[in-house]
Amino acid sequence: MRGKGDNHMIESDITLDTLGYFCPMPIILTSKKIKELTTGQVLEVLSDDEGIKKDMPAWCQTTGHEWVGLEEEATDPKTVYKAYVKKTK
Amino acid sequence: MTMTQVEPTAALAELQESKPERVTIVLLSGDMDKAMAAFIIATGAAAMGMQVTMFFTFWGLNVIRKPGATNTAKDLLRKSFGWLNKGGAASLPLSKFNYGGLGTTMMKKVMRDNHMPGVPELIETAQDLGVKMIACTTTLGLLGISKETLIDGVDQLAGVSTYLAEAKDGSVNLFI
Repeated sequence: MRGKGDNHMIESDITLDTLGYFCPMPIILTSKKIKELTTGQVLEVLSDDEGIKKDMPAWCQTTGHEWVGLEEEATDPKTVYKAYVKKTK
Repeated sequence: MTMTQVEPTAALAELQESKPERVTIVLLSGDMDKAMAAFIIATGAAAMGMQVTMFFTFWGLNVIRKPGATNTAKDLLRKSFGWLNKGGAASLPLSKFNYGGLGTTMMKKVMRDNHMPGVPELIETAQDLGVKMIACTTTLGLLGISKETLIDGVDQLAGVSTYLAEAKDGSVNLFI
């Protein structure tokens, strides 16, 4: 699954699609999905809720998982945010 | 098998480190919007690894009553009160623009169209994430609500001391 897509900068192991869902669902789904990963793997979370830009780093800070970064993809009609989290424990 | 001696101070430090942050929420209101806010914070906190306890009192009890549950009071005053004070997470009114239920119906449609979970779905998620739910015994009695008419998964019935015992260790304590 690594290195998929052309303009994909951050590599991930598993993708979680939360498109169309508002707060708190992306965070709740992330907290469930992260359990399926092994330590060191990177989870990619797709969201069109702008709140994810602040919420996911905050979630990482509280839970102790590593915040890798965010990518934005301007699509019509909404921007898709790709948040990357590395499982640390 | 060899037993390793654990130094007490180290064990305590480890315990304190692993101790999750506590959040308590008192839900006094039985309005849909306020119940949503309470459950969004509760589920969000639980997803962040915090230990969440919710206390339901007065109109907040309506949120955790089974749909269509009637009041079981014997005396006429409380009985008649039960006819007016209906429960059920799916039938809560908005605190504003309810317009006899029309505004709430419209709001629910907008929420559904936008994949937003309603109060019943949020309660399910909260229970799934291990949010503890406590009903206040005093107001249960006052409103003539029997514990059998509360939804499954309400962890306990308790009073103010239980709330305070939890809240004093809480880093986030909310009253909604």
